[in-house]
Amino acid sequence: VHAFTEVQELSGRSIVTEADPPFVMTGSDLTHGIDLYLSTSSAGGGLQMLVAGVVGTITAESAERAALGAGAIVIESVSADDGREDHERIERIRHVKPDIVLLTGGVEGGSSQHVVEVAEILVAAAPRPRFGSTLKLPVIYAGNSAAAAEVQRILGSLAQLSIVPNVRPTIEREDLGPAREAIHELFLSHVMSHSPGYGKLLSWSPVEIMPTPAAVGDIVQQYAQQTGFSVMCVDIGGATTDLFSVFPDRQGEPRFNRTVSANLGMSYSIANVLREAGTAALKRWLPFEIDDNALRERLLNKMVRPTSIPQTVEDLFVEQAVCREALRLALAHHRALSVGVEQARERGIADIFRQSAQRYELVDLMKLDMVIGSGGVLSHAPSRMQAALMMLDGFALEGITQLSVDSIFMMPHLGVFASVHPQAAREIFEHDCLVHLGCAVVPVVAPRARLSGPLAQVWVDGVLVGEVVRGEVTSLCTGRTGSATVRVVPLHRAVDVGAGRGAPHQRTVVLGACGILCDGRSRPLELAADTVQQQERVYRNLGLL
Amino acid sequence: VVSPDQIVARAFLEGDLHLVRVAEQLGVTAAEAVKALRISAGSAIGEGELLAELRSVWGLFRSTVQAPLTGTVDFITASTGHLGIRAPKRELQLRAYLGGVVAAVESDRAVVIEAHATIVQGIFGVGGERIGVVRGLPVAAHEVVTEAHLPSQGLEGAILYGGCTPTLAALQKAARGGAVGFITASLDDETLRGYVGYDIGVAVTGDEAVPMSVVITEGFGRLAFSERVLEVVRPLEGKQAAINGATQVRAGAQRPELLAVATGAPTQPSVPSMSLQPGCTVRLIRVPYFGEYGEVEELPAAPQQIATGAYARVVQVRLRSGDRVVVPRANVELAW
Repeated sequence: VHAFTEVQELSGRSIVTEADPPFVMTGSDLTHGIDLYLSTSSAGGGLQMLVAGVVGTITAESAERAALGAGAIVIESVSADDGREDHERIERIRHVKPDIVLLTGGVEGGSSQHVVEVAEILVAAAPRPRFGSTLKLPVIYAGNSAAAAEVQRILGSLAQLSIVPNVRPTIEREDLGPAREAIHELFLSHVMSHSPGYGKLLSWSPVEIMPTPAAVGDIVQQYAQQTGFSVMCVDIGGATTDLFSVFPDRQGEPRFNRTVSANLGMSYSIANVLREAGTAALKRWLPFEIDDNALRERLLNKMVRPTSIPQTVEDLFVEQAVCREALRLALAHHRALSVGVEQARERGIADIFRQSAQRYELVDLMKLDMVIGSGGVLSHAPSRMQAALMMLDGFALEGITQLSVDSIFMMPHLGVFASVHPQAAREIFEHDCLVHLGCAVVPVVAPRARLSGPLAQVWVDGVLVGEVVRGEVTSLCTGRTGSATVRVVPLHRAVDVGAGRGAPHQRTVVLGACGILCDGRSRPLELAADTVQQQERVYRNLGLL
Repeated sequence: VVSPDQIVARAFLEGDLHLVRVAEQLGVTAAEAVKALRISAGSAIGEGELLAELRSVWGLFRSTVQAPLTGTVDFITASTGHLGIRAPKRELQLRAYLGGVVAAVESDRAVVIEAHATIVQGIFGVGGERIGVVRGLPVAAHEVVTEAHLPSQGLEGAILYGGCTPTLAALQKAARGGAVGFITASLDDETLRGYVGYDIGVAVTGDEAVPMSVVITEGFGRLAFSERVLEVVRPLEGKQAAINGATQVRAGAQRPELLAVATGAPTQPSVPSMSLQPGCTVRLIRVPYFGEYGEVEELPAAPQQIATGAYARVVQVRLRSGDRVVVPRANVELAW
């Protein structure tokens, strides 16, 4: 009711009533009421899952992708080859309280024994569901169908088992759809139904309630499909960082992936970013000196008082440094899990005998058309240039990449809205949700090439506007808005800007507050020893100091 | 009437299930392992009892698998040659935590204990629920607690309080002496790491394997103990109390606490208001004023631009030093 009242105040429309539902549905009336009520949910910290498989890099990884794609947080992944002893796995599983378990393992026609062993581990650990302590744990079995009956017998007393087609029918083929649907159904029937007020929300909405990240994933996929772009979207929150991407696989098919870095965030888990990155990694982004202890104390104090906000420029830059490291770590996690599998026809006899899938990384920053930043630290950065620089640094972008932010974290709402009105959702997404900041131009120099002078020329709509200078970050065409054709011409044969070494590359982009951000620093991004002076120069060049 | 350490509920939990890989231990196939079993599902067995036996070469060689624990055979899986042994049920005891009168018993679920109590809520803590006797340390509110402030005797079962930023040696001496709790104003991050043995990344605590629960009331760094908190704790000197370091900053927020039955007749708390308004005392919780106290003078309605360039709703505070500062409302806490 508070939320409806706030919308009423902001919109000036009369919406709220005393009845149930607490809003007036007026259909096409333009003066008052609403047309439609939709909802997404991240209640209780979102959907938490345990996944298990036989081989870590095959079935367990497919299970992880299925769970993440359905909007879950994977709190533990277990596989028969994860190097742990039985008692260690059992001990670990006992400590997690998943909402749902996804059990996979074995290909069709293959051995059943190992997946049955994983089921035995599961029953020995007997994880308890997070909600409804008197209910049986929902377990989805998406492994070798020949083992389904045995798995059912073993898990029968512990779990409410749903059996769906194998996520990995063959080593070369992944079929995540049925497992994802089962997760979605169990999310609604077992997880959401325990959330207070769920029945009420459901009665107000004509469509099902979606997990918030699944709704974001939907809108990202739709946008990528409509535009043909390779897209990467990050949502950095207080506790977690979600990364969504659509990149083509080697057959040219767009492949969607989502990962959640469950303990990389800007408040509740800010100290974990510090723990994973270390103080030196955070300090390299700062244009001033800071003592290690003082840095750690600031971040721990933010962790225990998560709603406080930076009130000095120095403190703001510290949080933005944390954001860069969270993005860097989240991307590394995303790269590791976003893999394609070679099709059988591409594999030789030796590979088939090896019985291991040939995996390749889907994420290719040089091919990335657009990056979208979401979450308070990016969407509400005091300056758009700060948001652009955080994404450029954190992801170490390459080539020509459109930079955008989600204006007010509208993406989940548009994701669920797209299930009702896809065209309207797309228009709102493009015109009100996405704020185009400009583009990044990052030439990549071949390893060991010793170059001097500028790396590349930048042309906009046929006019030379500037150069990318080695080691420097500068901006061009700031203040210019709207669509423009950016052509980048390498000035050395060892420089790649997206079309191969020495070849010019051009793209149509939408320019915004940050213009064209030219980054002449090396890739992989390694900062010099005198980072404070170097960062001071970057910040000054971009008008941030 | 129950005391804090009195058991108010008990339950018998299903015993852990242990997996025995019979086929692997005998070095045979799953089917051969099943044939070699000398027990069946549901059998009660004792530790060391024979589970499977295999004789080979006309009985000359004998391989066996013995039960690693006492329990019941829960399952036998033909396709793997494994079996599960369920350990006997174990008893879980729940103590009252707060001494008081049992006001209600919800059968098989809960017990409600009522008491007129004093509670001190901290900002962060480590270690779980413990019961002890409150004992003050001879240290000023702004003074670092060192080993020298700790008595060499009488620490057993104590919940100590006082000072700020205890040294690691001080915490370790208190724990070694048998203290069960330590409440202080602030903590140094290195001391925390040294005490728990690792870096804490996410503010979900309470399960640390530490011998003494530690609660801080102000934050990390060197911050003095709030006089108001000391006023509340001092009357508890020598009394039994419960301490819990468990902290969960996110959903279902939980802060660490000290809880004790209060003395004297219940009184209305002298809390002027739960909302921010002119005249309130506030604590500033963000640099450059972190840890300072002041009085709210004005609460401008419209958002204002702050030094970072962001727009935020602000509050004007007169610090105890007399300086007037304007800070985001998100960066103050009511301090009464």
